[in-house]
This record gives sequence, C-alpha cells and structure tokens, in this order.
Amino acid sequence: MSAPKLLDVKGLRVSFAGKEVVRGIDFSLAAGEKLALVGESGSGKTVTALSLLGLVQGAQTSGRAVFWGVQDKLNDLNNAQGDAQADLLALSERDLRAVRGRDIAMIFQEPMTALNPLFSVGNQIAEVLQLKEGLSPTQAHQAAVALLADTGIAEAERRSHSFPHQLSGGQRQRAMIAMALACQPQLLLADEPTTALDVSLRSQILDLLSALQQKNGMAVLLITHDLNLVRRFADRIAVMENGFIVEQGRVAEVFANPQHPYTRKLMDSRPVRDVTEAFSSAASAPVMQSQNLRVSYPVPISGFRGWFKKGEFVAVKSASFSLFKGRTLGVIGESGSGKSTLALAVLGLHPSQGALQLAGKTWSRDATNNKAIRRAVQVVFQDPFSSLSPRMTIEEIVGEGLRVHQPELSVEQRHQRVVKALEDVGMTETQFPRLLQRYPHEFSGGQRQRIAIARALMVEPDLLVLDEPTSALDVTVQKQVLELLQRLQRERGLSYLLITHDVDVIRAMAHDVLVMQAGEVLESGTVDAVLLSPKHPYTQLLVRQTS
Amino acid sequence: MSGWTRVSNLNNPPDAASGRLPPGGAPAADGLSPIRAGTREEGAAVSLSLSPSRRAWQRFRRNRLGFSSLVLFCALVLVSLLAEVVSNDRPLLLKYEGNYYFPIVTVYPEKTFGGDFETATDYLDPFIRNKLSGGSNWVIYAPNPYGPKTLNYFAKEPNPSRPTRANLLGTDDRGRDLLAQLIYGFRVSVLFALALTLTGVVLGVLSGALQGYFGGKVDLAFQRFMEVWGSMPELYLLIIFSAVFAPSIALLLVLLSLFGWLGLSDYVRAEFLRNRQLDYVRAARAMGLSPWQIIIRHVLPNSMTPVVTFLPFRMSAAILALTSLDFLGLGVPPGTPSLGELLSQGKNNIDAWWISLSTFTVLVTTLLLLTFMGDALRDALDPRKADR
Repeated sequence: MSAPKLLDVKGLRVSFAGKEVVRGIDFSLAAGEKLALVGESGSGKTVTALSLLGLVQGAQTSGRAVFWGVQDKLNDLNNAQGDAQADLLALSERDLRAVRGRDIAMIFQEPMTALNPLFSVGNQIAEVLQLKEGLSPTQAHQAAVALLADTGIAEAERRSHSFPHQLSGGQRQRAMIAMALACQPQLLLADEPTTALDVSLRSQILDLLSALQQKNGMAVLLITHDLNLVRRFADRIAVMENGFIVEQGRVAEVFANPQHPYTRKLMDSRPVRDVTEAFSSAASAPVMQSQNLRVSYPVPISGFRGWFKKGEFVAVKSASFSLFKGRTLGVIGESGSGKSTLALAVLGLHPSQGALQLAGKTWSRDATNNKAIRRAVQVVFQDPFSSLSPRMTIEEIVGEGLRVHQPELSVEQRHQRVVKALEDVGMTETQFPRLLQRYPHEFSGGQRQRIAIARALMVEPDLLVLDEPTSALDVTVQKQVLELLQRLQRERGLSYLLITHDVDVIRAMAHDVLVMQAGEVLESGTVDAVLLSPKHPYTQLLVRQTS
Repeated sequence: MSGWTRVSNLNNPPDAASGRLPPGGAPAADGLSPIRAGTREEGAAVSLSLSPSRRAWQRFRRNRLGFSSLVLFCALVLVSLLAEVVSNDRPLLLKYEGNYYFPIVTVYPEKTFGGDFETATDYLDPFIRNKLSGGSNWVIYAPNPYGPKTLNYFAKEPNPSRPTRANLLGTDDRGRDLLAQLIYGFRVSVLFALALTLTGVVLGVLSGALQGYFGGKVDLAFQRFMEVWGSMPELYLLIIFSAVFAPSIALLLVLLSLFGWLGLSDYVRAEFLRNRQLDYVRAARAMGLSPWQIIIRHVLPNSMTPVVTFLPFRMSAAILALTSLDFLGLGVPPGTPSLGELLSQGKNNIDAWWISLSTFTVLVTTLLLLTFMGDALRDALDPRKADR
C-alpha cells in the first residue's frame, strides 16, 4: 500500500444490552482512500461508523480503532511520542469531542433533520469554525461562505443566510458537506449521503464528494446499500452481513469476481424482467383509461384574500394514459412530481378533473357505483410499517375486503379464502405457526408487504395500484417481492399501475412508461421506447444514472 | 375504567409457546438477514402472538409499584363496595328466642326484641344488647358496628370523641363513627369518579373522533364551540345551580360531565388526525369501508392510548374535584358521607386531630395509588419503551 495508513480497526465489537450488533470486524483505510461499507439494513454498518466517534448511546464497544490523523495534541493521549496516533475507542469523551468534526467528520442521510432548523446554514458552519479553529465571527462567516461556494451552491453569500427549510434537498446536503469539511478532516464518514435525494441529484452530490475528496486528500468511509453508488465512487468495498465483514477488496475485483455467497446475492439482487410481453390485444376494453386527468390541492392564500378563497396547487397537470389487462403502466418521477397524487386520484381517494374510466366506470357520488370500482381497484402502499393496522390480526386485515364486498360468506368460508390468499403470496401456516392470529409487528418489512398484497388481492381486483411497493425494502427482499408481483400478474392477468422512482424497477416490471416531473407528463410510451431511446433530457438523465 | 376491564380481561396467560417460531426461527419467506430474525426471536420469547394491548398489559404488570397499586386499589374498592357488611349498625345475623333474624336486610321494630317502642331497633342500645346476648340468644355484629349516619349516643366521651375501643378512629362532631364515614365516603368518591370518568371518556372520544376523522369544517366549528364552552366558569355555574336546585349527586355528575370531556377530546382528536392519514386507513378507504367502519375498526383502537393513559389521572382529578366541592359545601347533599365534608369538619375542629389526619390519609393514599397506576400505565403504553 503506497499511502500511509489512516485508520486501522481491529476486532471491533458493538453490542446493545447484551445483543451484539457488530461482531468483531477488521478493516483499514489509507489516507485519501475511499472505502465503501455495504450491507442491508440491520447489518451493523451505521453502528460501525457511529461507534468510531463514540456516538452510539448505551452500547458496549470493544476492540481497537487506531487513527493516525489526529491533528492536534490530545489531553490524555496514551502514547507519549505524540505522533498523532490514537485509539478512538479508548479516548475519553473530551478527547473524542476534539476529534469529532476536526479530524473525523460525518454527514448523515437526512439533511433536513441533521441541520438545526433555527439557525441559518452559514451560522451553523461558522459555529464549527469558531469552535474548532478559533476564528473570529467575521472570519468564520467568510470562511463559511467560501465553503458553501466550494460545494457548488450558487450565490453562496445570500444562501448562507438561508434557513434549512428554505433550501432544496440537494442544497441542504451540500450545506451539510460544507459543514463537515469546514475543518478539513482527514476522514469523512458518509452515512447514506444520497439516499434521501432524488435520483437526478445523487450523481451531482457524489461528483461533488469525489472532487472535494481529491482536493483535500481526505479518506472517505461511505456507508450505503446502493451498489451503483459503490461502483462509481469507491476504491475498495467491504461487505457487511449480520455484524460481520464477509468480504472486502478492491471494487473492480469484488464486482468482477465476488467470493462470498452473500456478496453474490447482493450483486444479483437487481430486479429481473420476467413478464408476459403481449398479454392482451388493444381490441379489448382498457382496464383504466384517462384523458387530461388533472388533480389539484387547495392551498391557503396569505393575507386578506385568503379569508374568502383558497389557492390551488396543481399536482398533476394533464395526464392521459390507458392500461390494458395483464399489463403494467409504470409511472416514474422524483418526489414532488405528482406520481403519488396520481395514484390517489385513480383510487378515488382524492378528487380529480378530466376523464378517468376504471373498468368502464367513473368515480361519482353514488356509493354502489363506487363500491364496484373499489372491488376492481386495489392498492399496495410504500411503507409496510404503516400500511397494516397494528391492532388487528392478520386474519382480520386480510379478510376485511371480504366483509365489505362479500358479506354473505360464512366465517369458515372467509377463513378458507384468507388462508388461500396468504398461500398465494407465499405465506403459510407451516412457515409461521398460527399465522392468522398474529399481529403485524411480528413480521419483517417484506413479509408485511406480502400481507398487504394478499389483502389487496382478496377481493380479486382487476387493477392493482402499487405505490412504491419496494422502495422501503432491502434490495434482496425487493427482488423477491417484485418476482411475486410478476408471478401474480402472469397467473391472474392483473394490471398494475406501478409508481416508483427507481428505473431498475420500471425496467423489470413495466410495459408502458409515464415519466413525470412537477406534475407534467414529460414522456410516455412503451418501456423499450422510453428507456432505450429517451427523448426528454430528464428521462435521459434518469436512464444514464442507472445504466 | 372501560380500558381497565378491557385490558384485564385479556389477562389469561398468553399461549405463546405454541405460537413461537421454530428454533433458529428465521421466517424464511424473505430470506431475511439473520440479524433481523435474531431481534425478532428475542422479542418473540415474551411477546409472540400478543396483541399490542396485551403486550402493554404485560409491561404494566412488570412495573411492581404500578401493579401492586392496582391490586391494592381494587381491594379497597371491593371492601368499600361491601361496606354494608363491613361497617353497619345493624347486625348481620342474630338468634333471639329460637328465631333467626337478618337485621341487615330487614327492619325489625324494637318490640320484637322485648323493647317498648314500635320504632326500628337501635342495636347499639345497651338494653337491646343485653336482651340479644342473654340466654341462648346470640348476635353477629358487623366488624365495625356503625353505619355512616349512626350517632353513637352511648359514647363515654363528648363529641367529637378521640379514638376509643368503641370508635376505633374516634367520632366526628355529631358523634358519627369516623371509620364508617371514611369507608362510605371512599365508596361515594370512587363510584362518583368512575361515573364521571366514564361519561367524560364517552363524550370526549366521540367528539374527538368526529373532529379528528372528518377534519376541515367539522373540526373548525367544533373547536370554536369547545373554546366557547370551555370558557364558561365552571365553579360559578356549580354555585348558581346548587342555589337553584336541591343538591344531589346526579346533578353534580351532570354538571361536572358537561366540562369533563374537553381535555380528553383534544387528545383523541390529535390521535385521529395523525392516524387517519396513515396508509392502513387509506387502504381501508380504498377497500370501500364506510367512515364509521373505518373509525370503529381501524382508527379508534389505535387512538385509545391517551385515553387509557389518562384514566387513572382523570379518576384522581374527579375524586379531588368532588372532595373540594364538598369541602366548600357545594357538593353532595348534607348527610351523605363524604371525604370533603370530613375535611371541612377537621378544619372546624382543629384540635380533633383524628378527623383531619385519618381523612387526609385516606385521600392521599387513594390519590397516590391512582397516580402510581397512571405512571405505570403511561410507561407501559409509551411507544418508545415498546420493546423493553
């Protein structure tokens, strides 16, 4: 290794109340190196990073983490030579405070919660400089503006007076980076720095991190679950599973030739397209058809005028699409593009204007008419933790649709149907004894999502609205849920309206695609037409991100 | 209190063993990472197949102070419900000249037992006592042979009498036994508090549910109404009404109920506002359930946490309210045993320390027990402590 060692972690163990989360891991980082720590949620990767700075509360830590980048004398440095070497895990809280921010900085996943909403961003950066570098307030402010400018924020002087809520997500993350880099740390811990950002922003932030990393010569420990990110950014990769590092090596080598089965599983978790291409002809009536669909929210107007009238925020401007039996219409867009509002309008949970036909009917004020549509259109939501009522058993949750739409069924018949529906989504009594009497909290995210799918399929709908069905799941689980959805579509000829921000999911699932941004439909067509030869620059950007 | 019974009905030992995951119990369907299966298993040892309210109940039971407070409080309430057996001036059973009599249920004229008058027998009269215990006659008195209104005409000391062998806690300024007064007064307080809490919960949940679920204009109108309603001076109304109508417990209950629901309503409303936009409610709407079905089946069970948490605190507030009103003379009709009335007697007879001290002890014990229960319940229902 040419570059000098910066961090050497040996036998790091972290446990919470006797339960080990990190189970003895070794890794090292050279100065200026970019190491990616990859793993699914619960693998211990974030805890690893936090424990290096002593930021995990109520945890027992053991092992050694020798760090050579200490810039200034610490108070009770255990080695007398003072060669700026220290065991991070053995430092006192007071010394750790000196190290944090100055020698090792950290950026977090969600910049909105990581920045203090009551102070302007310039203020927050200047505070770091005043505390750590002892600059005067004026100097600190100037330095803060310069740092903001470095991170590519336009009009840095003006922006430095902005409060976090006045900045966009990307700008906030840039401000976070500026704050982290304020003292030119030797090591930057980046915990999922782009996960909360829209796809189009991710590469910008990543490029920025790369550029700054090269400029300052610092090392980066990138914590992520996104393999695309790793491939583009990191030098070396360490794969974590269940508190162990199961494989580490140079990125190119590991990607080309993964050794550990878990690594192979991760690499292999990209969703695979396995759908029936031409299920139906255009001759049959479409399951869903819409012309110039427009959805808006009332918003309050400020001032006196707001007493009498409400403003309007148009979430979907004019969407036209049709969906045939057995096909999937993918709607892709970033947050705020109106794609979830579109789903709510299709479900009749939000009023809309324009023509919208579902199974030949339209939403109206007539309850019996609506009930028929409700049976035909069902939904699976994004967040598996809030989509199942925590106080109902699985049987009650899944069987609810039958109580509404087929009240004539006896308890026993309903029970049979529930068991059948759960079997269809791959959940049986043999795997989970007393499955029907259990409560949602006993299941993992992927299992809950299966239960939500079973609930939706219970009433045998024609159209299933999938609102980001897999974006809260780990990649390997995402693949399994998508495979389940593909199988159900093949077997039952279901139509899907698939809302997502993930091009990979669209590529695997959709027949037709609608690209949305800020309420406008930018582009639509078959999946091949849109993804292989995108016309709109935004679509081109999206596709380039993930190719 | 409805919450209590609901929770305690579920208190049969959880049939967890049969529902436990198989060893190494990774639910295999998703190929979960073992770490997650591990956490789940550990939680499973105590909580598998338990509904959230049952898990909360188990957490509550693990709180020693709270749970023993509940047991003690229930025991006290039980004893006070049997007050007629525990403390009564009419004997439970007696045998007089070969016949059995049940004075506790039937009123016998004094002549029955060889007295001179047609009036109801005073079993504490030494003459009658003699008659009843002579020869083959015997009598079983209640453990504390005084009722709440019994005057001890035969006390050896002037009223209020200090604690003696005859009156264990002494008598009040009219010669009534203090222990009997406390037992009956406690019962009145607890039953009144239960009734007040119940009506408050029903009204509060109803109005909170309507406002929270429907939101918008319903919410706006209801909130303004509540502001107007809440700004009415409760105490003045009570004074005015106690001047206009004959004071009675029912009137007091109605008047206090009119205002007792306001605080709870806000909590329920907030819970409904939060819960109604969660995905499971959206899914239920998409399923085609009617608003009432959604409120009752989905939102309400998930919004009861503040209601249940506040039950003991509301009870103690209600007991305190009744006590203060009685103290001021605005509460229950004269002659009804009441803790507040005793406190006011204690104030008037400051040298009769046994009145104020014993009443104070009963009151403080009751309120403390309720507060301990409330604390334990709050911890048990705290979502942040959910998995300890």
